[in-house]
Amino acid sequence: MTLMRYLPHTPEDIAAMLKTVGIDSLEGLFAHIPEDCRRKEALNIPDHLTEWELNDHMDTLAGSMAVSPDYKVFMGAGSYEHHVPAAVSFLLGRSEFVTAYTPYQPEVSQGTLQAIYEYQTLTSRLLGMEVANASQYDGASSLAEAMLMAIRISRKKAVAVSRALHPLYRRVLETYFEPTDLEIRELPYLGDGTTDLSPLQDMEDLGGVAVQSPNFLGCMEDVERIKQVLQNKKALLVVCFSEPLAYGLYKNPGECGADIACGEGQSLGIPRTFGGPALGMFASKMKYVRNMPGRLVGQTVDLEGNRGHVLTLSTREQHIRREKATSNICTNHSLCALAAVMYMATLGGTGFKELARLNYDKSEYLKSALSDAGFKLPFSRPTFNEFVVEFPAGFKKTYQRLLKKKMIAGLPLGDFYPELNNHYLMCVTETITKADMDALVQEIKK
Amino acid sequence: MKELSELKFPDDVRYAESHEWARVEADTVKVGITDYAQDQLGDIVFVELPEVGDTLGKGEEFGTVESVKAVSELYMPVAGEIVAVNASLEDAPEKVNNTPYGDGWMIEIKADNPSEMDDLLDNDAYLGTLKG
Repeated sequence: MTLMRYLPHTPEDIAAMLKTVGIDSLEGLFAHIPEDCRRKEALNIPDHLTEWELNDHMDTLAGSMAVSPDYKVFMGAGSYEHHVPAAVSFLLGRSEFVTAYTPYQPEVSQGTLQAIYEYQTLTSRLLGMEVANASQYDGASSLAEAMLMAIRISRKKAVAVSRALHPLYRRVLETYFEPTDLEIRELPYLGDGTTDLSPLQDMEDLGGVAVQSPNFLGCMEDVERIKQVLQNKKALLVVCFSEPLAYGLYKNPGECGADIACGEGQSLGIPRTFGGPALGMFASKMKYVRNMPGRLVGQTVDLEGNRGHVLTLSTREQHIRREKATSNICTNHSLCALAAVMYMATLGGTGFKELARLNYDKSEYLKSALSDAGFKLPFSRPTFNEFVVEFPAGFKKTYQRLLKKKMIAGLPLGDFYPELNNHYLMCVTETITKADMDALVQEIKK
Repeated sequence: MKELSELKFPDDVRYAESHEWARVEADTVKVGITDYAQDQLGDIVFVELPEVGDTLGKGEEFGTVESVKAVSELYMPVAGEIVAVNASLEDAPEKVNNTPYGDGWMIEIKADNPSEMDDLLDNDAYLGTLKG
């Protein structure tokens, strides 16, 4: 291996360390690993590049992708193109926040802890919940943790999950549950694009019911009705989301009676960056706080009465409780959470509502334009910034033609829902202009 | 933390090595944690208890007790059905620190086999285990 200048240890350092532990070479460190468990041949990775070669390589990779603003991307499905205010990017780039590991010690990390505390506060307000954690990895892991939490609280063995919930979130949930004796039951969706609640009547042994609103088909679920259906049952109501901006316009999970709210926060100031990193938002009612996974920052006072922030309820986490911990995750996506709190604070309550309205109005414009052009909108329920369109058979060719014109006409749903072949999930955010939408409709009509 | 000589180990209860006490009261067995246990844990901030009607075996976990330092499991000193839980601990968990053998009680069990009480330690034997 060529020694690169960013590696901190000199050959002298390494020799000194080897001498101290009493071995001749790095290989000696692995001597206790049985021979047949060790890889014999070298790793198949290319040789190192110069910085300019590497830049060139990355540019070529980037050039092979269809991204905005070069492309007009009418695709959301869990990852949304929103403008990130310059103030957010600037603040987030401050070196105090950019560390490889989030420092949680209160003695040295009041700034980081306070920022997380503010994130929790704004998240609680946005979702209408009493307490939020410091964040999870992404929407999918938040959902899985929420269902495990519902199981812990209810002491039941089964959960029900809407088929209109993000298909990839459901796959992560299945992965979490696969090695356990816990059961996942699927609730189908109805012709109007919302979850069919009728199977719930006969399920007495449920620990939790999860729906997404707006759901993967773009439709707002009637969450308050689900709450009614669950009355007198032990099951917790878990409301998931992939687009929290919707709560600037529609009732939030708390207002609809959610016990746990969980989902993806990428919308809030985090670029799409090829699918990650993401932000798992997680909040619940205060009475369930001890069953909540992840880190929690609290506010307190020091010996002199000054305000301070500390991790709280850590006694339930993995480094103390081992296998009995509430979750095997005892970290958070701190930098992404900071982006989200900076974004929310920059927009403010009024700005957030205005931006939500703008997303709604624009997507309604495209909805009408496509409908007027003769395309079918199969689901009747209200939507936010995403909706499903049914195009005629053979639209795949049109889709490819649009791609050549740098327009991505939504997400083909057939891969996720075989019954929705020729259905496309369209998304319109504030970054799409009226001219973009008119051009799209014109091209589709050709 | 206090010296063992400062802690109370009354002789009207029996003791488990996992630091629960059990007292026969009429036809049920009342259970809590010992003065030693509460002293070791420090300020108790939360007690998680089972539901009335749960049936648990001897040595099975019936709940958890959380202090500012740690969360610990609580184990059944005898097998049986939970017939009552001390719901007042929800708002006043400090009762476990203040009066571990009184208001700080946790559950009442209808014992499957009352003779299991005989397997538990008396105060002298329990104190012996603490002295190691």
